[in-house]
Amino acid sequence: MSVIPISYYLVLSAILFGLGMVGVVFKRNIITIFMSIELMLNAVNLAFVAFARAHNQLDGLVFVFFVIVVAAAEAAVGLAIVIMITQNRQSLNVERVNLLKF
Amino acid sequence: MIPFIVFFVCALLAVAGAIMLIVAWEPIHSALSLVLVMMALAVLYLLLGAEFIAAVQIIVYAGAVMVLFVFVIMLLNAGTEERTNWSKFAKIAGLPLAFFLLLAIAHFLSRTAIGSNIANGPGAVSNAGVSTRALSMALFQQYLFPFEATSILILIALLGALILARKDE
Amino acid sequence: MDFINQHPVLVVSLVKIAVLLFVVMTGLAYLTWFERKVVAHIQSRWGPYFVGAHGLLQPLADGLKFLFKEDMTPPASDKLVYILAPFLALALALTAIALIPFGPPSVRVLGQPVFVVANLDIGLLFLFAVTSMGVYGVALAGWSSNSKYPLLGGLRSSAQMVSYEVSLTLSVVGVLLIAGTLNFNDIISGQSGYYLGFIPRWHVIPQIIGFLCYITAAIAETNRIPFDLPEAETELVAGFHTEYSSFKFAMFFMAEYANMITVSCLATILFFGGWLSPFPDSWTWQLYLPGAGLILLGIYCAYDTVVSMRGIAKIQFAVVTMLCLGGGAISLIPQVAPIIQGPFWFTTKVIFFLFFYVWTRGTLPRFRYDQLMNFGWKLLLPVSLANLVITAFVLILPSAARHG
Repeated sequence: MSVIPISYYLVLSAILFGLGMVGVVFKRNIITIFMSIELMLNAVNLAFVAFARAHNQLDGLVFVFFVIVVAAAEAAVGLAIVIMITQNRQSLNVERVNLLKF
Repeated sequence: MIPFIVFFVCALLAVAGAIMLIVAWEPIHSALSLVLVMMALAVLYLLLGAEFIAAVQIIVYAGAVMVLFVFVIMLLNAGTEERTNWSKFAKIAGLPLAFFLLLAIAHFLSRTAIGSNIANGPGAVSNAGVSTRALSMALFQQYLFPFEATSILILIALLGALILARKDE
Repeated sequence: MDFINQHPVLVVSLVKIAVLLFVVMTGLAYLTWFERKVVAHIQSRWGPYFVGAHGLLQPLADGLKFLFKEDMTPPASDKLVYILAPFLALALALTAIALIPFGPPSVRVLGQPVFVVANLDIGLLFLFAVTSMGVYGVALAGWSSNSKYPLLGGLRSSAQMVSYEVSLTLSVVGVLLIAGTLNFNDIISGQSGYYLGFIPRWHVIPQIIGFLCYITAAIAETNRIPFDLPEAETELVAGFHTEYSSFKFAMFFMAEYANMITVSCLATILFFGGWLSPFPDSWTWQLYLPGAGLILLGIYCAYDTVVSMRGIAKIQFAVVTMLCLGGGAISLIPQVAPIIQGPFWFTTKVIFFLFFYVWTRGTLPRFRYDQLMNFGWKLLLPVSLANLVITAFVLILPSAARHG
């Protein structure tokens, strides 16, 4: 049975995390930026699972579980905020959201 | 041999999905590519022996969170993204920087001790999976307090979302 | 032969998938016939009658019609997503059926269990994972058509499916607490035995509230009347598949019926003992029940052929009679009868649930949208939560009492 080195997973995780960050920096659509953040969380999860496997411990998996739960809560609140912003600004572009109060 | 093929196919799909997420101009295409990434990652979790996490990944992430995203995109009727001056600037200055950052992270990760030693040691990725029973035992005994704390977090998030999205009367 | 001996898992799995696909596709086709027939009789009509004897060839005619109709794509639609959506819907619906065990795992060929394609340790969790993805087919179809009614249908459907999925999952957790496993075969085996010697020890008896919640949420999940708001024809033309025609429409149709079958199978497994017989083992005559039933059906068909069939229908129905009698005779062979038992009971229970589906369709009117949401969040969810809490409490009580 051939074995995949852990470093492969870590490199993949790093690439995904980097791409997620690129998305946050580049995209101007607030929903897409939000999705890029989710992508970064996913990349971190992959690293956690890989580490858990490498050290044969469950803690990494428990961490992933918590990350997923927190991400779900975050999505609920975040999307509610997105809906609020869009109702007030009539636009999804983050550059239009440049006032502290409206 | 087969694990390697599965790994590379899934890795390719995940990276392709992530790139599609950034390149696509329609938000719903971005959402779909993110779903693709999540599915690929779920298969990778299976490959790592984490059955339960793989299932939760699909149920919660792909099945609930992303559906919420798609729902909001449809609700707001989000069309093609606006192109602004700043996005042009970001493309010119940001792309090389991002590429450099990726290289740096990948470089350091592949050089660390974890990459070379443990992979072939006793804890290397093999075929035996982590039992869901063991995971739930850890969750409900060792990590009981964080678990309860998370449930309160969810409750707060629920109330927060409700108050934010409520129409003013 | 060498290849088969070297890779028994691969070969047996492929054969099982092919057979299951054939059976499920035929089942889907005849489910439409069954539904039209039953609804017609509820409404004092005859239903399909002209294509074949008793309309038995109607599904075939419908399939051909779908194949040969013009396949239109709206010019303003998002082409890729528009084509992807029906494939996604059907593929996910069919994947779920691969996890269902139709008979006991003890029946084996080449060391592989015959009656289930994939026997996973986390079977139920995986099934929920697959079905939770089913929303995408509907939502994406509604969005990509780039038209008002489909968009509204897609929106409604994603809101509805996400809302009812919570109750669906919670109503099942009570059974999981009792069974203590996520594996389908273990859940079914855990339901063997009898109360008072003859009442089967199925989960439906302690979990009756859970079952009622499950079946209600399941009807909502599959977008059936009285919860079929995503395709309410009086309000939304045809809902999310308004712009679909030809075989893409047929794929949505098949996905819906496949989901019905999956949900009925799940109800059978979780609450009604799966492939277990409702009668105690000591009643040995039940071995010959499937054969006897088929032969009775065959005799009725023979009577019908002779008395009321005319022309070509007579020949068609004679073939049906032969099939019934032949199948009955084979089921009566002592070596075959025990093997047939599991699938026979499973199919009988599933058909009962499918009939229940059609029955509700023929009886109940459609909910209004706000009623639907109120019902889901304010009634179904609290009740299934309360059921879960009470079940957990009752299960923990003995050990708590022991520890003082």
